[in-house]
Amino acid sequence: MNLNPETLSAVKNLIYSTADDHLVLGHRNSEWTGLGPILEEDIAFSSMAQDKLGQALALYQLLNKLGERDPDTIAFTRKENEFRCCHLTEYPIGDYGFSLMRHFLFDEAALLRFDMLSNSGFTELSHIAKKFRGEIKYHVMHAEEWIKQLGNGNEESNRRIQIMFDTVYPLAHGIFEPLENENILIENKIYEGENELEQRWRVRIGKIVKDANIILNETEPKDKHYGGRRGMHTEYLKPLLLEMTEVFSIDPNAEW
Amino acid sequence: MPNGRLAVMIDKDIIIEKLKEVKDPELPLVSVIDMGIITGIDLDEKGNVKVVMTPTFAGCPAIEYMKAEIKKKLDELEINSVEVEVNFNVQWNSNMISENGRKLLKDSGFALPARHTGLVQIEMLQKIECPFCGKKNTRLMSAFGATQCRAVHYCDDCMQMFEQIKPV
Repeated sequence: MNLNPETLSAVKNLIYSTADDHLVLGHRNSEWTGLGPILEEDIAFSSMAQDKLGQALALYQLLNKLGERDPDTIAFTRKENEFRCCHLTEYPIGDYGFSLMRHFLFDEAALLRFDMLSNSGFTELSHIAKKFRGEIKYHVMHAEEWIKQLGNGNEESNRRIQIMFDTVYPLAHGIFEPLENENILIENKIYEGENELEQRWRVRIGKIVKDANIILNETEPKDKHYGGRRGMHTEYLKPLLLEMTEVFSIDPNAEW
Repeated sequence: MPNGRLAVMIDKDIIIEKLKEVKDPELPLVSVIDMGIITGIDLDEKGNVKVVMTPTFAGCPAIEYMKAEIKKKLDELEINSVEVEVNFNVQWNSNMISENGRKLLKDSGFALPARHTGLVQIEMLQKIECPFCGKKNTRLMSAFGATQCRAVHYCDDCMQMFEQIKPV
């Protein structure tokens, strides 16, 4: 597929947003390594971190093919306002309930996103999306299992998972902040758009939280946590990037 | 090496045989051929070889290692050049593990991924056969194991943990 400059720029924007989400959340997930509440969860979050970094890398490699800089340069040298991740991915890991709820709400969206993109008219993206959805299926399976178990567990587990849902659900709407020029992507059948994705996600989430005995309240305006896709971030991204790029900043040629 | 005569003697079968010497470092009995991750081999008349590889998982840390090993092994052949490209044009799935690969994995104590028609269902991870006692009184403990391609199960009959190569 030959992309004209306008379409190319919109495609890159989409890939940057998706890749940055995975890089930043991958980094957050990796912070559970060694700290997970039980061994299996420690390994689960570490494995999901590894998947997400791999997915970010593949997307950065695609950007590189499309004329952007090499993956390490993209990941480790951009300034905070050049990142396109949504706010949800930036927040510190918090307690395990927060991380679990974020994982649930984000990965459900990621699975639907890659499902959509596997039909993309931009073939290179569709190949990657087909691969990723097989991987993320395991993330979603893991999240749903816990959400249902805790939601239907005892009074305390239900109360705590409800608090986390109320906290994280509004934040998750930032995932679907419309992308600049996404109408071009929709017209060219490259991507069906954030609005369509959000609709599908709401249906999916609605069904699962019902099964999990969690009450869904729409209390905040959905654009309250927008900004990430335009380079405006929470106070948490900067320290994350400083930590993530620490080795690279000391020695760009270091191998690890 | 402008030696057309030698290059002609190399064919794809020889390359495949050589690639069987390159093992997956996380499953050291199984070659890249048996894992099904080699998705293309091109050989031109000048003896330039191009191997295409597809990762089992995007974040597989063994990719760079296997890439280097493929180059090293093929360099032992009388060929002009070797290029290894990693791409997702063919997406790996667990059906692509060869019969020989499945046998080697089973002999190493792994439970095998059920063959599927393209969609992995949650049921494919439940009540799978224990590689130690052969019974199916087993539970999925975690879909995440020691490597990205393995899940952890427990057998309630012989009371053993065991690993499964995940259906993907």
